[in-house]
Amino acid sequence: MRVLINGRAHELAESCTVAGAVAAAGAPARGTAVALDGQLVPRAEWTRTELTPGARLEVLTAVQGG
Amino acid sequence: MDDVLEIAGRRFSSRLVLGTGGAANLSVLERALVASGTELTTVSLRRADTSGGPGVLDLLRRCGVGALPNTAGCRSAAEAVLTAQLAREALDTNWVKLEVVADEDTLLPDPFETLDAAERLVADGFTVLAYTNDDPVLARRLEDAGCAAVMPLGSPIGSGLGIRNPHNIELIVNRASVPVVLDAGIGTASDAALAMELGCAAVLLATSVTRADEPERMARAMRDAVRAGREARLAGRIPRRFWARASSPAVEGGW
Repeated sequence: MRVLINGRAHELAESCTVAGAVAAAGAPARGTAVALDGQLVPRAEWTRTELTPGARLEVLTAVQGG
Repeated sequence: MDDVLEIAGRRFSSRLVLGTGGAANLSVLERALVASGTELTTVSLRRADTSGGPGVLDLLRRCGVGALPNTAGCRSAAEAVLTAQLAREALDTNWVKLEVVADEDTLLPDPFETLDAAERLVADGFTVLAYTNDDPVLARRLEDAGCAAVMPLGSPIGSGLGIRNPHNIELIVNRASVPVVLDAGIGTASDAALAMELGCAAVLLATSVTRADEPERMARAMRDAVRAGREARLAGRIPRRFWARASSPAVEGGW
């Protein structure tokens, strides 16, 4: 299925979870946070949160700023 | 050290918060952070795969500097609340520098969205340090909303125009019962000293150091300016007088 991760289209297996998508995006699990369709997904729920086709995922981390 | 800064029960011996934004690279940033003596620094939250940013948290850990995530880039309360929640998850801290700006030209805080976001974040258990205009009324409203610190600007972010309305900063300090942190607009060391002389509890700055010709040297200058300004504030400055007042004994009969 096709999902958007950080604005880019990714082709993922059916029944992919947030944890799988984070790995597919090449983002480190540590120091990151995930929003799925504009809602925070706590880390503890990454492995049990299934994605649906067209899901918009943002994988964020701390950068220099402010 | 007796004169500690306390925000929401956390104690700091440095009254300078050096932001990480604008540094050319992490090694320049590290030298500036160390030279500044800061114990707390701001970071932003951005997409993990485009920023090249994983290094900044490792750097802060190595230097023993606490990370204060900001909500820079947010234009609405809803965006700021989500960003703060994500930052709490990514960084394991419930502290947030709330920053909701109105437009890209001025980067001035949007007072309505800022207050709305502050109320929601406080209700959600965050320790909110709110970036605000130099408006004593708004600062009071943010404090009433439960902010742990209010952070009025001296002038627009990155402008280096210094403190454009010192009297408003004094008004804010005079009526606040939470720490007032002068945030934004610092151009050089005398601006930071002035902020402290006006009674601010701390100064938050980034650009003036990270984009100086010599960031490490400017970081030292800021560290010393904040200390000097704080000492001068505590020492109690002399009142301003219209006429001169001789500092040597009056002349009698020739000498």
